[in-house]
Amino acid sequence: MASRVLMPKGSDTMTEGKVLKWLKNEGEQVANGDALVEIETDKVDMEVESMASGVLRKVLVQAGETVPVGQMLAVIGKAEEDISSLVSSNGGAAAAKPPAGPQKTETGSKEAAPPQPLARAAAPGPGPAPTPQPTEGGRVLASPLARRIARDTGLDLAAIQGSGPGGRIIRRDVESAAATGAPSAASRVQFAPQGPEFRDEPLSQMRKTIAQRLAQSLGPVPHFYLTIDVDMKKAKELRESANKLNPNLKLTYNDIIVKACAVALIQHPDVNASFTGNAIRYHNRVHLGIAVAIDGGGLITPVVRDCNLKTLQQISTESKDLIARARTRKLKPEEYTGGTFSVSNLGMMGIVEFSAVINPPEGAILAIGSVEEKPVVENGQITIGFRCRMTLSCDHRVVDGATGARFLQSLQQILENPILMAL
Amino acid sequence: MAVLAFREALNQAMREEMQRDERVFLMGEEVGAYNGAYKVSKGLLDEFGPKRVLDTPITELGFTGLGVGAAMAGLRPIVEMMTFNFSLLALDQIVNSAAKMLYMSGGQVGAPMVIRGPGGAGHQLSAQHSQALEAWFCHIPGLKVVTPSTPADAKGLLKTSIRDNNPVIFIESEVLYGLKGEVPEGEYTIPLGVAEIKRPGNDVTLVAHAKMVHVALEAAEELEKEGIDAEIIDPRTLRPLDTETILQSIRKTNRAVIVEEGWPFCGIGAQVVDTIQHQAFDYLDAPILRVTGVDVPMPYAKPLEHLHAPDKARVIDAVHRVTYKN
Repeated sequence: MASRVLMPKGSDTMTEGKVLKWLKNEGEQVANGDALVEIETDKVDMEVESMASGVLRKVLVQAGETVPVGQMLAVIGKAEEDISSLVSSNGGAAAAKPPAGPQKTETGSKEAAPPQPLARAAAPGPGPAPTPQPTEGGRVLASPLARRIARDTGLDLAAIQGSGPGGRIIRRDVESAAATGAPSAASRVQFAPQGPEFRDEPLSQMRKTIAQRLAQSLGPVPHFYLTIDVDMKKAKELRESANKLNPNLKLTYNDIIVKACAVALIQHPDVNASFTGNAIRYHNRVHLGIAVAIDGGGLITPVVRDCNLKTLQQISTESKDLIARARTRKLKPEEYTGGTFSVSNLGMMGIVEFSAVINPPEGAILAIGSVEEKPVVENGQITIGFRCRMTLSCDHRVVDGATGARFLQSLQQILENPILMAL
Repeated sequence: MAVLAFREALNQAMREEMQRDERVFLMGEEVGAYNGAYKVSKGLLDEFGPKRVLDTPITELGFTGLGVGAAMAGLRPIVEMMTFNFSLLALDQIVNSAAKMLYMSGGQVGAPMVIRGPGGAGHQLSAQHSQALEAWFCHIPGLKVVTPSTPADAKGLLKTSIRDNNPVIFIESEVLYGLKGEVPEGEYTIPLGVAEIKRPGNDVTLVAHAKMVHVALEAAEELEKEGIDAEIIDPRTLRPLDTETILQSIRKTNRAVIVEEGWPFCGIGAQVVDTIQHQAFDYLDAPILRVTGVDVPMPYAKPLEHLHAPDKARVIDAVHRVTYKN
């Protein structure tokens, strides 16, 4: 049976996509999983893989054209198959808008509680489920048997390519994934704490008024800024000795600050929070975004998930990979959505101090300046210190001045005593 | 073991049961003097006499009702339909009297009888005489429905049916009467509600009854050459249906194709699909497919008649689709 190739929904915010380049020509043989077409979403360029095997019979959207999510891009089928009815249904497919993601409830209590590990694995963060092959409605097509084997073996179906009709994941796919050690649900959630992803605290009247007033005064996200000067001497020592012990590691100040932020956020859940309109959402896990400038312009924030539970080494390795791929627009949507807090570092460019703009709906962002050698006063004496100025931009609807200040104090304490990251 | 034709096995079953139990008698059109339209009752009139082998007029509703009454009165009638197509005339007696008697009398009076005869398509007998009606009877609570596929099954199942205390619809595929097969010597019976694995296999489960068992077997032979190992389950009785044997097989093969001669809508296959999806959902690796007769009355023309019924090619195609090998 012939299969339709649809414009995938790459992220929650994506409504249309542009076809950049067809990687196969009409009439060419296509195997399931072959890269088929390059598309540009609102955030990245991505390759769309074929979910069917057969011949690329008809390309309906040419390179350069922009079409809505869900519109048919092409038809794959057998060489001699009659595809006229599929092709003529093109308009209908475009009109059929893919269903929106699940509605968040006001309290979040129901949906916040993942019913079972599989459901968690399919949706590791508040972002869209990581489907390598977005299907209609974002659902992973899998046979009941494949689902059961995946559940029993702890494999993550969302990470498996299906070889059945329409990309359906069937037994052989799950079994070969198990044999080759594909990402498992277990590995994906091994850092995940038990319990709900977040807690929504309904707004009090006072908080509503504060939110309204501040928004009126300073635009949609009322920012304010808190700056702190952090002694980075011990962080410097940590970095140097770690890199000496393991020259391959190449630990950066950024890695250390990211980890310290994560630890501090766990101590200050009121900063690891976002404004939903009717509630303040307190996130129970720390997914830390790292602002990255894209080559050729633009900005994206890849997310290190469950950052507080990862070691410095894991954070360092993971963020290097994310940053490298972010620069070349190779991130998958699930890798740049769902952050709960972000850091932005311009220190490497010599910027001493700046204030960053919050990445909504997050409640705060930390701007990091350069680590500088400079004279400081200690015990009445002028000495040489290593200092870094950090500025926390806070959404005043979520984070009050004292709340942000206490968080910065903790962050300062952790960076000045990095041993605290290990405790 | 003796090799007998299907019709001879049925004949043996009736003979042995009539010898064993004086209450058992046979009636129907041409069952006596003519030895049966398909010679299933050959020699029974000579052996048991006209009181126990009764030729009836062409009055299905009447003589089936007579059978129900005789059963209620304590006898064990075997009512032969010259073909099951004619049972449509007797449906009121079968559905409203025989099937419900035990229930409506609060368990006091039942109708222990067998209504048997040929069913399914024959040889160019056209729309009114080439119907596989087993699904109709399966629909009715109170009836048991038996559809043997081999001479040995035919004998063992008919003996059990005659001894059963419920009305049993016993449908013999018309084109199987001449089929020869080994039949065990001596007394044996086959319980109702017990399927048989006609061919063990690992890759796909084919559920087929009556003559479709043979179509499935042919397909399995062909599929074996491609490396697809099909398991064939013959339920033997459609009601009660041996769901456990079917489910065990699905849990092993994870795929199912149901083959039946009847029409698709509300067919036997629909019932089997329901059982599988309900009780073995987590074991399925592919949608369950059904291969059935075409959803039109049986045509008279020979080439069209062949197109109507499930054949080897259609079964193979369905197996390819559920094993993702097309």
